[in-house]
Amino acid sequence: MTAALIALRAILHREALRFVTQRGRFIAALVRPLVWLFIFAAGFRAALGLSITPPYQTYITYEVYIVPGLCGMILLFNGMQSSLSLVYDREMGSMRLLLTSPLPRWWLLTARLIASTTVSLLQCAAFLGVAALWGITLPWQGYLAAIPALFVAGLMLGALGLMLSSFIKQLENFAGVMNFVIFPMFFLSSALYPLWKMAEASPRLRDLCAANPFTQAVELIRFALYGQMNLPALGWTLLALALFGGVALWGYDPARGMVQRKG
Amino acid sequence: MTRARNHARNRLAALLLTAALPFAAGAGFAGEIWITNEKDDTISVIDADTLEVTRTIPTGERPRGIVFAHDYSVVYICASDSDTVQVMDPATGAVLHELPSGEDPEQFALAPDGRHLYIANEDDAVTTVVDTQTRAVVAQINVGIEPEGMAVSPDGRVAITTSETTNMAHWIDTATQKLFANTLVDSRPRHAEFTADGAEMWVSSEIGGTVTVFNAADQTEKGKIRFAITGVNADLVQPVGFKFTPDGKTVFVALGPSNHVAVVNAETLAVEEYVLVGRRVWHMAFSPDNTRLFTTNGVSGDVTVIDVASREALKSIKVGRFPWGAAMRPTKG
Repeated sequence: MTAALIALRAILHREALRFVTQRGRFIAALVRPLVWLFIFAAGFRAALGLSITPPYQTYITYEVYIVPGLCGMILLFNGMQSSLSLVYDREMGSMRLLLTSPLPRWWLLTARLIASTTVSLLQCAAFLGVAALWGITLPWQGYLAAIPALFVAGLMLGALGLMLSSFIKQLENFAGVMNFVIFPMFFLSSALYPLWKMAEASPRLRDLCAANPFTQAVELIRFALYGQMNLPALGWTLLALALFGGVALWGYDPARGMVQRKG
Repeated sequence: MTRARNHARNRLAALLLTAALPFAAGAGFAGEIWITNEKDDTISVIDADTLEVTRTIPTGERPRGIVFAHDYSVVYICASDSDTVQVMDPATGAVLHELPSGEDPEQFALAPDGRHLYIANEDDAVTTVVDTQTRAVVAQINVGIEPEGMAVSPDGRVAITTSETTNMAHWIDTATQKLFANTLVDSRPRHAEFTADGAEMWVSSEIGGTVTVFNAADQTEKGKIRFAITGVNADLVQPVGFKFTPDGKTVFVALGPSNHVAVVNAETLAVEEYVLVGRRVWHMAFSPDNTRLFTTNGVSGDVTVIDVASREALKSIKVGRFPWGAAMRPTKG
């Protein structure tokens, strides 16, 4: 096994250990979307059905509509959580240890990204399982097709977290990230309401939502959950992944980013 | 949890059925669903397999009730505002001739003899009986105000007219063409149908929000079905059209502006499930193999396809404006 793969395995192992030992984190990650599904969706329940927009072929209830958005929510929060733990790691020193390894830094960061996305995927699977028990089931092809879609979306949102973590120096600043990144990203997206509904309020708001990479990630997941491919959404998600990943690498480059700023 | 378990079981059944479907289609179950569009004065013909509209055929004004001859050689269409029943060749879509129908025909039923049409004339408070062969009116029977629902018993001896304003089901002896009983039902009865064995007669009441089940033998009330959909105001739950599955065990009831179709156990009269469909659902027709149900959704202008086994809506198909009636025509086998 090459050194790169050993590193990947080690990082995966570390994330897996965290996942297993931090039960609270797993439960919290599961409870958050479930609260939205059971309470928020109940409050906003459109029992008379939402209009048909692709990929749906018939009328759906609101609970069914928000399931892909809530998968996106898991990925978004996990991406941010991962960035939080990076900041923590950096403060505590284990990150520095990792980054001093002779392996290329981009690979270490990618391995870290893959590891955290894998954890997100497990959480999404648990969420979809509970949703199915609640009666919200999807075509079986959808569950399979969702795996790569969730992975790509998870990488993109993880890269966003990585990028942010390269600019955050202290743990305390994470609250700022919550306010300025997670909430606008989540609410300015198609996760909770379809874009045509946004357009009714303001076309500009709709455009803003459409440009939000989180919207594109959610739409990618939404189509995949029904066994369909949404190429534009995939394109935008990959573009955002490249951009966030690029900036994160720049931020973590010892010659320029973090180290220099730390001065 | 029971709901979840039911759901899982239904899904499994649907999966098995989907797997079996290609064989079923090969066994000669191809067919079409004919939909009357009230506001467009047209019929949309849907392929029951591809679920696409293949033809749009012009009709008289405000087409509503639609029924095929027992041998499917012709189709009868109530053109309400043209005050006529049109007889159409289903192959070509050409109107062959018209039948005298009385004023404003809305719904009708074809007697088991395949010859006599019982037509409810909404504006005239009569039921008109037309002989489709001689094209003559055989009888006109005075009934309550605004007659709408029409049914004929499987043995052909009894015809039913429901009157929307009098709130009654009128029982007609087809031998004498006279009323022999009138039974009260809840407000605004819309649709009537006998069970396949003729033992029961069901009537839906739109404003009353109920379906009343009668013993056909002595016209006594056997039971009443009530509906309640979580999150939907009771005012919107307005039962209109309904259909029995061929095994007679299940009934699908269209609930109008509640946008749902209820699935009712025909034995216990318990509502087992509600299926979300388009806006203001009116009537419905089964696919030739009875695995799918097509509902007409008036306000949203589409037809929702329901998988009968899993009780799930599969697709909604755009048709003309205000689709109302639905009837099935097998095309092969």
